[in-house]
Amino acid sequence: MSTTTTQAPANEWPLWEVFVRSKAGLDHKHCGSLHAADAKMALQLARDVYTRRQEGVSVWVVPSSQIVASDPVEKSMYFDPMEDKVYRHPTFYVLPESVDHM
Amino acid sequence: MSIQSIKVGERADVRYLLRLADSCLILAQRLGEWCGHGPILEEDLALSNMALDLIGQARGVLTRAGELDGQGFDEDQLAFLRDERQYFNPVLMELPNGAGQGGTQPGDFAFTQARNFAVATWLLLLWQRLQASSDAEVAAIAGKAVKEAQYHQQHAADWVVRLGDGTDESQARMNAALTRIWPFLNELFHDDAIDAAAVQSGLGPAWSSLKPDWQAAMDEVLAEAGLTPPKASSYVSAGRVGIHSEHMGHMLAEMQYLQRAYPGGVW
Repeated sequence: MSTTTTQAPANEWPLWEVFVRSKAGLDHKHCGSLHAADAKMALQLARDVYTRRQEGVSVWVVPSSQIVASDPVEKSMYFDPMEDKVYRHPTFYVLPESVDHM
Repeated sequence: MSIQSIKVGERADVRYLLRLADSCLILAQRLGEWCGHGPILEEDLALSNMALDLIGQARGVLTRAGELDGQGFDEDQLAFLRDERQYFNPVLMELPNGAGQGGTQPGDFAFTQARNFAVATWLLLLWQRLQASSDAEVAAIAGKAVKEAQYHQQHAADWVVRLGDGTDESQARMNAALTRIWPFLNELFHDDAIDAAAVQSGLGPAWSSLKPDWQAAMDEVLAEAGLTPPKASSYVSAGRVGIHSEHMGHMLAEMQYLQRAYPGGVW
C-alpha cells in the first residue's frame, strides 16, 4: 500500500481526481484530473473540462492526495493468483436486459 | 473583392433583439481572445465554454431578428456584415480585456471576471424575464439560455470573491477592475422608446426594470468579497444606439475579416 505522495509545488494548486456519471443508474467513472484551489473550484472546473460534450449528469472530485493506491511492486502478489480461477466468474447466468449494466 | 455592408431596418422589435444578440456576440468575441491564453488550462476551457454559450445565444436571437427585419438576412450576415454603427450592444461588452501582467497574457483576468460577473448577472435577469416573452421563439431561446447564464454568473461571482477576498495584490486588481467597468454599467439600465415598445408588445422587459435585482445580487457578492462598490457615475454610454468606443472598430475588423474576405465561407 502506498499513498500518493506527489507533492504539488508551492506555486501550483492541488491536484484533484474527477469522476463522472454519464447517466442515471451508472457508476461514476474516473475520467481524469485537474488543478484547482479548493473543492468548489474543482467541481466547477471539472464541469468545464470533462462534461462539455454532454458526458455527465453528476460529477465527483476527490483530492488526489486522498487516493490510496496499491503498490505496483506488489502487483503479482495482489492480482496474479486470480488468473486460473474461472469458477469465480458468474458466466453461467444470463442477465435480463434491463440490468445489463451491472 | 469586397462585400457590401448590410443595414437593418428601424423596427423597434428588431432593435430590441439586436441589443441583446450583440451583447452576447461582442462579449463572446472578447472572451474568445482568452482561448489558448488562460492563466491555467482549466480556466481557459471555462472561458472558451462561456464564449461558445454566448455565441449560441447570439445565433438564436440574431436569426429571429433577421426574420422580423424581413430583408432575408441570416445570423452570419447579421453577425459579420454590419458596420459599427449598426451594432447595438452596450459599450461595456466591447471594452478590451485590458493590459495583462508583463504582456504575457491577452488581458487583465480580474477585469475579465468583473465584467463577466456584472454582465452575467444582468443577462440572467434578462433571460429569466424573456422566458415570458410574447415571441415564442425568443421565449424558447431564453429557456435554454437561463441555465447557461446561471453557471456564468456563479463562476464569475466566485472569482470576484476569490480575488476580492484574496491577497492584497488580487484585491487591488479587482478594485481596479471594478473602477474600470463602473462608468459603463448605467447603460445596462437605461430605457428609451425601444424598451417602451418591447414592454408594450410583451416582447421583453424594459432594461431599467432589471436594476433592483441586479443591484441586490451585485451588493451581495461584493460584500462577500469585502469589496466596496465604486461611486456611481452619471455617465451613460450609448452603444445601444450604435455609438461605440474607439475599440469597437478594431474589434470588428478582426471579427469580420474572414466573412468579408471569403463571403459565405463556412466550416
